[in-house]
Amino acid sequence: MSYELLGITILWIFLFGYLLVASIDFGAGFFSYYSTISGKRHIIHRIIERYLSPVWEVTNVFLIFFIVGLVGFFPDAAYYYGTALLIPGSLATILLAIRGSYYAFSTYGSRDNRIYQFLYGASGLLIPAALSTVLAISEGGYITEQGGKVSFEFGKLFTHVYPYSVILLAIVSVLYISAMFLTYYAAKAQDEPALQVVRKYALFWSLPTILASLFVFYSIKGHNEQHFNNMVNNGWMFVMSFLFFLAAVWLVWRRRHYGIAFVAVMLQFGFAWFGYGKAHLPYLLYPYLTIHDNFTNPAMATALITVFVLGLLILIPSLFLLMRLFLFDANYVKGIKNDKGGKGGQGNSGATKA
Amino acid sequence: MATYDPVIFSRILTGLTLFVHIIYATIGVGVPLMIALAEWIGIKRNDTYYLLMARRWARGFTVTVAVGVVTGTAIGLQLSLLWPNFMRVGGQAIALPLFLETFAFFVEAIFLGIYLYTWDRFKNRMVHFMLLIPVAIGSSASAFFITTVNAFMNTPQGFDWVDGKMENIQPLLAMFNPAMPTKVSHVLVTAYVTSAFCLGAIAAFAMIRGRKHIYYKKALKLTMTAALVFALASAAIGDLSGKFLHEYQPEKLAAAEWHFETSDKAELILGGILTDENEVKFAIKIPFALSILAGGTPDTVVKGLNEVPEHLRPPLRASHYFFDMMVFIGIYLTVISLAYVIAHRRSRKTGKPVSRLLLWGVVLGAPLAIMAIESGWMFAEVGRQPWIIRGYMTVAEGATTSAHVDTMLWMFALLYALLTFTCVKVLIKMFKHNPAEDEIIARGIEGGHK
Repeated sequence: MSYELLGITILWIFLFGYLLVASIDFGAGFFSYYSTISGKRHIIHRIIERYLSPVWEVTNVFLIFFIVGLVGFFPDAAYYYGTALLIPGSLATILLAIRGSYYAFSTYGSRDNRIYQFLYGASGLLIPAALSTVLAISEGGYITEQGGKVSFEFGKLFTHVYPYSVILLAIVSVLYISAMFLTYYAAKAQDEPALQVVRKYALFWSLPTILASLFVFYSIKGHNEQHFNNMVNNGWMFVMSFLFFLAAVWLVWRRRHYGIAFVAVMLQFGFAWFGYGKAHLPYLLYPYLTIHDNFTNPAMATALITVFVLGLLILIPSLFLLMRLFLFDANYVKGIKNDKGGKGGQGNSGATKA
Repeated sequence: MATYDPVIFSRILTGLTLFVHIIYATIGVGVPLMIALAEWIGIKRNDTYYLLMARRWARGFTVTVAVGVVTGTAIGLQLSLLWPNFMRVGGQAIALPLFLETFAFFVEAIFLGIYLYTWDRFKNRMVHFMLLIPVAIGSSASAFFITTVNAFMNTPQGFDWVDGKMENIQPLLAMFNPAMPTKVSHVLVTAYVTSAFCLGAIAAFAMIRGRKHIYYKKALKLTMTAALVFALASAAIGDLSGKFLHEYQPEKLAAAEWHFETSDKAELILGGILTDENEVKFAIKIPFALSILAGGTPDTVVKGLNEVPEHLRPPLRASHYFFDMMVFIGIYLTVISLAYVIAHRRSRKTGKPVSRLLLWGVVLGAPLAIMAIESGWMFAEVGRQPWIIRGYMTVAEGATTSAHVDTMLWMFALLYALLTFTCVKVLIKMFKHNPAEDEIIARGIEGGHK
């Protein structure tokens, strides 16, 4: 495997990690806010908070990791995307900033502040929309280079069909993935009322998700014929994705094996994500930038890959510890504190009184 | 700001983002160490007040971390959005420390999450304390890595410059450049001083308001002792930084000291104004001090600005005033923390409380320390103008050509104002409505020792 391919594969895997954890995070924020206005907050809020509180910061790192890695391996990506994406990139940054800080303000500071909850719930749906436009842009047609000057045609984003299809898919997938995960988490916590609510969300968002996926297929054909043909050549991956979708929905429908159902969701998106990515190669930005253009120098590539492997040796056990403590620890998930005095951690200490 | 110039606006926006980020980042680096100190003392002496202190600090810390993370994300993205040409060229050489920084950040993020939610989960308190070690190491390590990037931009090395491109890159050589040791150590210890003062100011303020609980005295003693140690260390490192500048970036040192003629027995200039004919007026001049700062002896010949072509000189007034402000505040912080440590010992013997004036001195120390961080950083950045990679690429060559940077500037300015306002509001609310005394009663802690 060449360094270029290894590099982009690593990055694509990390972006997939971000897709999963961020979807759960963004969707949960939205459901949390929605439950407030629909009067169901008391049912599902505790479940959501118990999962989100320890992990929200980690989610951010996946995205930073991808961006730093992309620029590190492919310095020209910084040049093209950096110049072109000033507006959408800044908007996404601002939304991420609002979401991250208002999550913390609302969780640790002012618990019942509706404005804070709204800011963090609403931004959670706008971020996937802003970030997914980058996927649309990578298909080409929005960035032009003339006389050494890169320019971005922002207006075209609103007149083409393709960006809409991607944004639509991003938003409904976020809600679907998140609801599927919360279903699993609520079942694990043996919280029957919460399970009923989030299970309905999961089933509700499954149909739009698959329809939006088909819509993306259809509009890619009109936008970038070459990419579409590559995707058809790798069609088995999308078929697998669809089969896992059916399995996940069927399991949740029959109210059993929620854990396996979520694994099926991961595989559903995994196959679609890597099928899409594989078909996109060798282009990073169609038609200007491929993974072979101005790849970083061999010394830096070796250094980055070495560091990556060493980093994983720390990262994987740490993530494992995090999951063991907050995802697979039955008592924590159920909200049973196993300490002496009954006074728990951060959550129900002094901050509650404030 | 009449005409639109992406270079100017990119500079302002980057400066603004860093100006905001640096406050939260400094707290992010220093506070975990202070929390660790408090928790460790609490466990070792079986003193529940110190454990409570760690807990309360950690709670406030979470809120500042959030703003630190999001402003850090902003600068991470802005590097590519505002300086695409710089990243295209320099990205080849600085990718390694940037990449390493995200790993350090990852470790910090994971263990901070675990630490905050496992206060009472382990029978052995040391297990919980150990979780803080990766947090403190992670935050200091990310400061280390990101500072090596900045150091590289000041003293680039580890590549061959061929037709405007970097070739034959040696990533480690680029990372361990001459500016790295002084810069990194200075950034770390000043972050510790600032955090100690910020935490100490909270306790001092409570005492001024008439709170007499021993909790506050313990908090002040711990923070001021730490502040003194780190303030002395930063003075020593500041001296080494002067010697580094003399050797590698003489124009920065000369600009800071308005030193025009190359000479030995050079004098250090404090305050004053610079006339349009480059004459220094109304300044306090300390003979030989600049030569001693630069080389350790009065005979050291210090290079003057006249040897630097005018278009390659850093802005003189900004450099000098930022430098002076940093030094003065550094001295102030050292004196105050020393005075407090002495006063505390005396008050233990005589039983008389520490004077209110000194407490006010500590409270004032917190905003001053942050100002010193900002001015030290601005001196370092302004002092390498007009270069973005010193000697290779100017700031203007590295900037984006994109339109709309001005609009983005206003949007980000609004965002940072909003975030800082809410953050301060939330923090005040958290601590005002839940003073330590209430929490001591609520948690059933009586007396220092159980």
